[in-house]
Amino acid sequence: MDILRIATAGSVDDGKSTLIGRLLYETKSITKDKIEALESASKRKGLDFLDLSLLTDGLIAEREQGITIDVANIYFSTPQRKYIIADTPGHFEYTRNMVTGASNTKVSMILIDARNGVLEQTFRHFFIASMLRIPKVIVCVNKMDLVGYSEERFNAIKSDIQAIADKVSFAGQEVTFIPMSSLYGQNLSIKSTEMTWFSGSPLLEELENTSFDEISKPARFPVQFVVRPKTEEFHDYRGYAGKIASGTFSVGEEITVLPTGQSSKIATIEKFGTQLQTAGAKESVVITLETDVDVSRGNMLVKASNQPNQLKEITARICWMDSQALVSSRTYILQHGINDSKAKIISLNSKIDVVNQETIESGVSELKLNEIGEITLKTAKPIFADKYEDNPANGAFILVDDQTNSTVGVGFVL
Amino acid sequence: MSNIILEKIDAVHSPSGGGEAAPKHGYFPRELEDEAIYIMREVAAQFEKPALLFSGGKDSITLVRLAQKAFYPGKIPFPLVHVDTGHNFPETIEFRDWLAKETGAELIVRYVQDSINQGKAKEETGKYASRNVLQTVTLLDAIEEFKFDACIGGARRDEEKARAKERIFSVRDDFGQWDSKRQRPELFDMLNGRIAIGENVRVFPISNWTELDVWNYIKEEKMAIPSIYYSHKRQVIERDGMLWADSEHLNKDADEIPFEATVRFRTVGDMTCTAAVASEAVELDDIIGEILSAEISERGARIDDKRSEAAMEKRKQQGYF
Repeated sequence: MDILRIATAGSVDDGKSTLIGRLLYETKSITKDKIEALESASKRKGLDFLDLSLLTDGLIAEREQGITIDVANIYFSTPQRKYIIADTPGHFEYTRNMVTGASNTKVSMILIDARNGVLEQTFRHFFIASMLRIPKVIVCVNKMDLVGYSEERFNAIKSDIQAIADKVSFAGQEVTFIPMSSLYGQNLSIKSTEMTWFSGSPLLEELENTSFDEISKPARFPVQFVVRPKTEEFHDYRGYAGKIASGTFSVGEEITVLPTGQSSKIATIEKFGTQLQTAGAKESVVITLETDVDVSRGNMLVKASNQPNQLKEITARICWMDSQALVSSRTYILQHGINDSKAKIISLNSKIDVVNQETIESGVSELKLNEIGEITLKTAKPIFADKYEDNPANGAFILVDDQTNSTVGVGFVL
Repeated sequence: MSNIILEKIDAVHSPSGGGEAAPKHGYFPRELEDEAIYIMREVAAQFEKPALLFSGGKDSITLVRLAQKAFYPGKIPFPLVHVDTGHNFPETIEFRDWLAKETGAELIVRYVQDSINQGKAKEETGKYASRNVLQTVTLLDAIEEFKFDACIGGARRDEEKARAKERIFSVRDDFGQWDSKRQRPELFDMLNGRIAIGENVRVFPISNWTELDVWNYIKEEKMAIPSIYYSHKRQVIERDGMLWADSEHLNKDADEIPFEATVRFRTVGDMTCTAAVASEAVELDDIIGEILSAEISERGARIDDKRSEAAMEKRKQQGYF
């Protein structure tokens, strides 16, 4: 069974919580006691229907405001796969949350209210999905019941959005459009009875049939932890524990240790005593080497034939996440995977006006919360990163404020 | 169900044959194990004095298994810490001691009774009295005593609404308090455990697991679990539509007369705040079948959550796990 991670984005009232609630309901992921709790809560609000949006509106503060303010993770599964939805808010001051929620996902679901069509927000959603190189975008044109299930209206919205996608999408990104009504369950888990003119799949079917060509990425193994039991049975054992970031590793292959450049061969790949011949991306394993080489946490094992750059000067796109603005010449901690280094911002090159798709190059002195720009920084020690667009699993980093310890920004290596 | 929208749904809704039966789910997604092991290793690498908070329940038993796997063939490099309320099921305590021995892990136990004796915690009164809230006092004291900077817990985001937004590394201040607005963004799989002196981090490696994932994992791994998860005969009373285990710790009304029932526990907390469910499940497959067709959610059997709708979030803000 695999896992499909989805990010949702939408504006405040376009029915996102209802859509998610409905997906849970239709896949029978809600237990009876929760439905009963929903019924009484809906009644208290004076509604004559089950307010499925209440399922995902979590925190007390939100209940007061009636909007979602942070990233919430929601789970459901079908016989085919497990789904994790990172529900991220739509209002513009929370770009940070949208980027956070979407950072692990393969599918971005963008909600559009059929009455309103494209909003300023829509640009932002598309831009973020592209910046994160999310391979599939599903545009859910929701609330079709309020526009009489009109095919014309759907087509008009579709062509507006296609125009944005044409500007922002990267090659290979798939964009799919579905007209739906989450309130009435039209085109969620079953084909709409009201929109027979729509020949595409309903949402759940689209998700079930989504698969990604796992194009072979370069092999990257960041060493997390050195296992040295020092027991009698494993007296000289020295294993390198970590999660393979990308690509595959096999027993007998020649590897290079970064940054030392030492070479060795893989002796074993182990998982709790089980010996594997090959292991691939996202697997947590322990690798032992044939020869004694010096390897410690933060090092990276790669194949001799395909090595990442050892960067000490990095130009990256950056999304700022802290209320204290990013300023040039300040020092932060850069964390790339499990490796880290001090890093100094040497220049703030530009700022991106997401909505108008413009790059502002002159007079940029700071990057404020929720702003996106391009920076160049210098690190104290080398970082073994790929370009984000070539290998996302090894191309992103975070910046940490060394005074507050907060994660203040995320960068994508250019 | 008496509302219009739902009637409409029921009429049109039949994705997999309709009816009440939920789909049968195959097996455990291994990616969840890889993710949890990665988190365990980050804890060992990033912190000086981590601990695994062990309750004796299935989630913390799963954590112990994951920790074993993460560091094999080495030993688990941090202690298991149990806050003993004195109201635990005896089966849980027996299992805890067995597991510590079996894995060779160090076990540290601290007692709520000691906190009460020291006047730091006050026993609740009345028929709903439990020591669930008091645990927090003992836990925070233990964190201070051992200077733990990271505490691994078995909370899952699917358990309860307030947990859905919890981070994997959740920073707590000096008082163990959680502030939902001050949580760090977590991007990709990068975990930032940097903290100031006095702060500590709660770590949740199985955040992305559901109850069903946990049971499927227990089954696939052939793990041992305390006997009370399986159907057994027990003296219970009925209160508020739920079955409560009779014990010396439960304050009963005169008309609450214990009777024998065939039950099991779906979640294991204190005897005073965990309800039993009538069940004939004697195998893991029976348990999984029950969950798939469940009428009541997992935490629905936790009396402590019923106190108010926002109960969990309030307790979390005060330093509860």
